[in-house]
Amino acid sequence: MTMQKQTFSSPIGNSVQRKEGPKKVTGRSKYIDDIEFKNCLHGTTIRSTIPRGKIKQINFAQDIPWHEFTVVTAKDIPGQNHVALITTDQPFLADTDINHAEEPILLLAHQDKILLERARQAITIDYETLPPVLSIPEAVEAQTIIWGKDNILKSYHLEKGNIDSIWSKADFIIEDTYETGAQEHVYIETNGMVALANKQDGVTIWGSMQCPYYVQKALIPLFNFTEDKIRIIQTETGGGFGGKEEYPSMLAGHAALLAWKSGKVVKMIYDRAEDMACTTKRHPSRTHHKTAVNKDGRILGLDIQFIIDGGAYATLSSVVLSRGTIHAAGPYNIDHVRIDAKAVATNSVPYGAFRGFGAPQSIFALERHLDQIARKLNLSAEEIRRRNFIRDGQKTATGQLINEGVDMESLLDRALKHTHYKQKQRQFLDDNISNTKIKKGIGLATFMHGSGFTGSGEKYLASKVGIQLDRDAKIKVLSASTEIGQGTNTIFSQIAADALNTSTEIIEIFTPDTKYVPNSGPTVASRTTMVVGKLVQSAALGIRHTLQKEGYLKPTHSEVEFRQACLNYVKNHGELTVMAEYQQPPGIHWNDQTYQGDAYGSYAWAVYVAEIQIDTTTYETKVTNFTALQEVGRVINPILAQGQIEGGVAQGIGYALYEKVNLKDGRMINANMTNYIIPTSADLPHIEVLFEEVPYAHGPQGAKGIGELPMDGPAPAILNAIAMATGLELKSIPMLPEDLMKAFYEN
Amino acid sequence: MKINFKLNEKNISVDAPPMKRLLDVLREDLGLTGSKEGCGEGECGACSIMLDKQLVNSCLVPIAQCEGASILTIEGLGTEENLHPIQQAFLECGGAQCGICTPGMVMASFDLLKKNSNPTVSQIQTGLAGNLCRCTGYVKIIDSVTKAAETFK
Repeated sequence: MTMQKQTFSSPIGNSVQRKEGPKKVTGRSKYIDDIEFKNCLHGTTIRSTIPRGKIKQINFAQDIPWHEFTVVTAKDIPGQNHVALITTDQPFLADTDINHAEEPILLLAHQDKILLERARQAITIDYETLPPVLSIPEAVEAQTIIWGKDNILKSYHLEKGNIDSIWSKADFIIEDTYETGAQEHVYIETNGMVALANKQDGVTIWGSMQCPYYVQKALIPLFNFTEDKIRIIQTETGGGFGGKEEYPSMLAGHAALLAWKSGKVVKMIYDRAEDMACTTKRHPSRTHHKTAVNKDGRILGLDIQFIIDGGAYATLSSVVLSRGTIHAAGPYNIDHVRIDAKAVATNSVPYGAFRGFGAPQSIFALERHLDQIARKLNLSAEEIRRRNFIRDGQKTATGQLINEGVDMESLLDRALKHTHYKQKQRQFLDDNISNTKIKKGIGLATFMHGSGFTGSGEKYLASKVGIQLDRDAKIKVLSASTEIGQGTNTIFSQIAADALNTSTEIIEIFTPDTKYVPNSGPTVASRTTMVVGKLVQSAALGIRHTLQKEGYLKPTHSEVEFRQACLNYVKNHGELTVMAEYQQPPGIHWNDQTYQGDAYGSYAWAVYVAEIQIDTTTYETKVTNFTALQEVGRVINPILAQGQIEGGVAQGIGYALYEKVNLKDGRMINANMTNYIIPTSADLPHIEVLFEEVPYAHGPQGAKGIGELPMDGPAPAILNAIAMATGLELKSIPMLPEDLMKAFYEN
Repeated sequence: MKINFKLNEKNISVDAPPMKRLLDVLREDLGLTGSKEGCGEGECGACSIMLDKQLVNSCLVPIAQCEGASILTIEGLGTEENLHPIQQAFLECGGAQCGICTPGMVMASFDLLKKNSNPTVSQIQTGLAGNLCRCTGYVKIIDSVTKAAETFK
């Protein structure tokens, strides 16, 4: 293809404008709550107020005309009462047992929203309470068993070399424990679904979601329908970040149950309080590091215990734990590694997918720990990393041979130079002596993030994409990958246009609707561009080859010739659809039992630098400058790629300094935007984004995944900068002013 | 209660309970769904509109307050075929990602540029601090407003 004369400049590498941008900037995009469904009912959810116990009785107050309402309990479920995901432990509606606060128990629908809210408040539930488990230590202690035999949702054991053989050979053994808190997604569009359900038509769902086929999978057993009777349509989605990966299955199920019983269309839109308190959040974590190191800074062995709080049900915790485990040893070449990882059950609202998916937690611990080691050895933060970076030809903790042509050391050098790291460090240290009010710091984190599903995941998914030359001679991309703000529509247009050697304007992206698009796998795991984008490319090339083979198109063509070829083909043969299915690149091997092998097809690599200042009167930490340097393969669209990094860094800054989920008896008590703080434009620094591009052989035009990477680095870089500014070796996030003040007083 | 006001340059009369939120009147009674509800408590700014040349959160305004008022919503600013310079700048600079905060953000930018046609980065940061975005980290939004200022003068 590269040898052919190009009549267009390729759209790859250009900041092509967002495909659905004009609709978005004019407010014409239709999100689920913007779509009018005539005479629909509104649905609401009655939830448990206790974290653990049994339902004794449901009481309906007398002053409500209950006969006008549709009421659904677990007894009304036509099929099976579990949300099908990885396991089947989570019910759509609690029948007798309550396992977390805010657990859905009963559904109500009525045409009048105001009356509906009155009715919701008129229902009370009597419980028999049971002692809850509300923290990781309590869950591990296992005095009270709330899940399985031992409160353990999933565990992994990963071993490289022989860690116990090296303790006696080490100059130092350094141990510490690190903790990260829960984090709420705060997509600005709350979860919302509309359902139509009856025997004749089956179930149709419209709503805000990342993964239409996950919703379909969950609704099949709920209704005991075949898949052709469950149709899921994604509407414009106002942010996801993982928060609309698994939860939409629950809400779609609820809306569908109300629709089934009432025979009417039912709309359920969460308000912010319900969305924050009741839907998934990032898993809290606790990581213990015990490290053998030589006085020259060479790490001999890492012994890591990584525990995440999964909440009351298994949901996706096993795979979140998996990614966190694999990323726990970082981009370093260490001969002896042992990782014991557990996801434990507590009586909290189930934790779920959130950008980074376990990696931000384990990377926070490692990158803070490395800075502590460096200080104990009297080495610089950059030097300890430099002496341990993994290089091509070396193996990761899972035994994966790294061979990507990426050089972490040169990335580090570029970042240090670009940020004037050493000068700033000296300057800040000087300033901090003379200025007692403001303390400045600079810190860094170095890390990698695997693109796509872990291990054999992509092989099992066997994702599919279609490209259709339709009867109107238009080119359509048929894929279940959703646009949630990250740019799927635009990136797919660019990849398809490049393969067809035409302009992006003539590419249309079909609405993700399970009736018409194949299962391209979920829109998660930084896989859309790299994995699904590659399928878009293959299918588009298939269209082009067919047009050439059938004599409608020459090897080189103009746009006019391409359009004419499409018209001629369709006139003679009708529409043409080419499907592409994922084929694992050769040489990838993974063992699910030993957790050894090629964990990911490729990694993105990064060095992030944070500059901060602390006001020692208010204990506020402000990030004053942030530099994000990363290698992500070929950048398909610079503005979109920068936007992904900037947004991820902003969420990472929030994770480190602003965002605290306050739980009381397993309930989030700050479930509103007034008391759960996400960064505003006035809180954030300029975020400088720098790319290195080493094309990946198996990505479309060399692209790798990018979405999750920027979530991993900010928190450790910021806490490392705080350590430089204050001398405090802080070990937990979020680090709000009150937490920092406490740390000052305790030291 | 009957309330008369001017909406996007047109005279309008609606019959609504006096305490009904302006946001709901716009979205439910008048079918203008460009203004979004992100929080319902005046924190996120997704429902920002101009009320008598003032930027307000329409989720906090009871419709009774709008008698005789002049209201501008995102629908009155520009169309897909005829974008307002601010909308054009958001499109070009990547100021919109998921798009749900965008209408409010565009209205807040409009208000900011009306008051200060040549804002500094710091003035833009302060001017938009009442509008939350979870996708962009605000960098591209600030770029968009800077760019819009060039054409807005």
